[in-house]
Amino acid sequence: MEEKATVKSGRSGEGLFLALLIWLMVIVTTALFFKRAWWLPTLASDRGGIDGLFFAILIVTGIAFVVVQAMLGYFLWRFSDRSVARAAYWHESRPLEITWTLGTTVILSILILVGLRLWTRVFSAPPDDALPVEVTGQQFEWTSRYPGKDGAFGRTDPKLFSPDNRLGLDEQDPASKDDIVLVNQLYLPVDRPARVRLRSKDMLHSFFLPNFRVKQDTVPGMTVENWFVPTKEGDYEIACAELCGLGHYKMRGLLHVLSQEGFEKWLAEQGP
Amino acid sequence: MAKVHEPHVAHAPQSFIRRYIFSTDHKVIGIQYYVTAMLTGVVAGILAMLVRLNLAWPAHEWPLLGKLFPVGMEFGVMKPEFYISLFTMHGTLMVFFVLSLAPVSGFGNFLIPLQIGARDMAYPFLNALSYWTVLPGVIIMLSSFFAEGGAAAAGWTSYAPLSAVQEAIPGSGMGQTLWIIGMVFFIASFTMGGLNFVTTIINLRTKGMSMRRLPLTVWALFLVAILGLLAFPALTAAAVMLLFDRHFGTSFFLPAGMYVGDKLLAHQGGTPLLWQHLFWFLGHPEVYILMLPAMGFTSDIIATFSRRPIFSYPVMVLSMVAIGGLSFVVWGHHMFLSGMSPYLGMAFTVTTLVIAIPSAVKTFNWLATLWRAKIEFTAPMLFALGIVSLFVTGGLSGIFLGSAAADIPLHDTYFVVAHFHFIMAGASLFGVFAATYYWFPKMFGRMMNSKLGKLHFWLTFVAYYSTFFPMHYLGIGGMMRRIYDPTVYQYLAPMQPVNVFITLSAFVLGAAQLLFLFNFFWSVYKGKKAEQNPWNANTLEWTAASPPPHGNWEGPLPTVHRWPYDYSVPDVSDDYIPQSVSPAEVQARKKG
Repeated sequence: MEEKATVKSGRSGEGLFLALLIWLMVIVTTALFFKRAWWLPTLASDRGGIDGLFFAILIVTGIAFVVVQAMLGYFLWRFSDRSVARAAYWHESRPLEITWTLGTTVILSILILVGLRLWTRVFSAPPDDALPVEVTGQQFEWTSRYPGKDGAFGRTDPKLFSPDNRLGLDEQDPASKDDIVLVNQLYLPVDRPARVRLRSKDMLHSFFLPNFRVKQDTVPGMTVENWFVPTKEGDYEIACAELCGLGHYKMRGLLHVLSQEGFEKWLAEQGP
Repeated sequence: MAKVHEPHVAHAPQSFIRRYIFSTDHKVIGIQYYVTAMLTGVVAGILAMLVRLNLAWPAHEWPLLGKLFPVGMEFGVMKPEFYISLFTMHGTLMVFFVLSLAPVSGFGNFLIPLQIGARDMAYPFLNALSYWTVLPGVIIMLSSFFAEGGAAAAGWTSYAPLSAVQEAIPGSGMGQTLWIIGMVFFIASFTMGGLNFVTTIINLRTKGMSMRRLPLTVWALFLVAILGLLAFPALTAAAVMLLFDRHFGTSFFLPAGMYVGDKLLAHQGGTPLLWQHLFWFLGHPEVYILMLPAMGFTSDIIATFSRRPIFSYPVMVLSMVAIGGLSFVVWGHHMFLSGMSPYLGMAFTVTTLVIAIPSAVKTFNWLATLWRAKIEFTAPMLFALGIVSLFVTGGLSGIFLGSAAADIPLHDTYFVVAHFHFIMAGASLFGVFAATYYWFPKMFGRMMNSKLGKLHFWLTFVAYYSTFFPMHYLGIGGMMRRIYDPTVYQYLAPMQPVNVFITLSAFVLGAAQLLFLFNFFWSVYKGKKAEQNPWNANTLEWTAASPPPHGNWEGPLPTVHRWPYDYSVPDVSDDYIPQSVSPAEVQARKKG
């Protein structure tokens, strides 16, 4: 378009205004990411890899976000000139199309591979020394259970459910004698893998430990296992992340991560 | 087919009822759909305002609202179960009855015959029937608020067992039954519409209108119709199974050993995961049913107001086909943490990130269309450009959620809410606005007020970003979806000011829509008379009168000689060549 270069004036103020709005939006949102005004809750488990992946995707998508939005704004400003005689009749470019299709494909393939490696690690078999714990969701409480000294969970039967026997523990089963049952409280030792069996008595719930990057739905009729290693002592919140009824928002529990000795001491104080 | 239609072209029905109420004219039906969707949208928007009100000030006492909602907000304090019904119905109404109905059934009906050069849809009676089938669905959905226990309260996804066990939550009583029945009406209507779309586009294209000359809007609507026909049967089956589980003692979704309300249920042998698979087999194509029309509208509107041919038309079509096809194999990314096998999670990670490729390509093509353009910033163009911006933002946040491992902390948090409000809700809502400003002259023969339209855009664009972008931060901070009171959690309490900010922005966003409503209804009666082709556009509808008469064209149907994107062809006197202009006429228009 040779004609274009000759005319300078006539840019629409609206083009510039929209461009400025888009640029401002990019600057504000990106600055808030940099400032980390609101960020992932403090990490307290071995699942830091998830934070790493999150950060990697944030960098890649962040760059794409800034570049594409900035370009959009720039085009709007630059090509808003109504005194230009005529737009360009140009609608094909094989090299351009191949470049951006392949470019996107390569970047996404890398993200897929990195993500899948981490995913397989998260769902790998738990280590042998992992501490077995069971957490059962019900409207609107978390019930946790430890197998006790014998290391075996006692038999449960839904027919035995009652307000007094919330897990339906079968008293006939010797393994159930020393099981420890707690409501909305979970105790774990630091630096030892915990292997959590997740179950539900009624609705879907989702066992969510914001500080541990752990989230897993509990499903009636199914037992799902997750394992992770708490790495920091302290008290943390357990949340429900799947709509489970009108008390969903207050289905809150506490996870206490104790020192190894503290945990042994606590365990010894429990049960008969 | 055209021959068969000729006789009834001459005589438009004369009585008011046959002409405007039980009409079989695709334009009237399109407008009926559109206005129904718009009014439903007002209700669904108000529901969102109430949701936001409670999220900013949980369990606060609002005496005035207590008078308005004596059951849900007794003494002015919102009950948790009412809150859950509000967001459930906001989602259901918006996804199905607003953002599917307005662009697909509304604009689809109005535009398809006009853009392909047909007198009407292939089955005009079926078309009318489809509208009169969806209307009871809308009424049933809306009336469910007055049912005992209130409206459905299991989320728009109606996950079992919450939706299957009546004792689980008050809304799982009559409200959920009405939800299922309303959806069945919707699906029946959408299926009739889809059949009609596909048949019409395949059979009734005018002379010269090959598939390669279809405007991208028609391509999008064609693909949407196919997606709907293939995906909705899964939800129909699921809804019927749910109805049986609820009322006739079957156990499709309910396993043994469920203990609800201190009572052991008699069900056995089902699994809640089955519902999720069936629902999302529909649900994911459904989000593209919302988005593809917006992609079509944007492409056509950007081309018109850039005065540029759309960049890489064949790739634009192919990428929509790819998105439509892939949309059937990504549903499992909604279920990464559902208890589904982690191996399946891996497969769905791959398919989900692959779908980002055609989406990215579309964005680049839109940008390339703007390159060396001569942009005219009309209200429809502003909204179309808004779509591109929202689409980029929402598409990129999808990459976090599509990668199973990164999804773990973000799943079911406000990050997801932010994501889909940009890509699915935002893009399609802006698409409806763009389309309305663009085709209003053809629909009503009058122009909408351009100043008001632009003001509507500026307010909506700014308020949209300030409402939904901060939700990403909330999600990263771990705030769960669907909670009545975030301050229950210590780790969420410090973020409460963000919730207040979002709510205030949402109120601005809501208020800005009043401008649109006013502009729309005012312009129907008082708007400036529209010319036949006010935007100097190429597609066939602009060769018909504004508004087009019954049968669309007074004389013979137009013949098509070219693709719809001949803008700024060098050495021709006008900067646009409508599809109906023959090569001989172009020769005559050559400069010099």
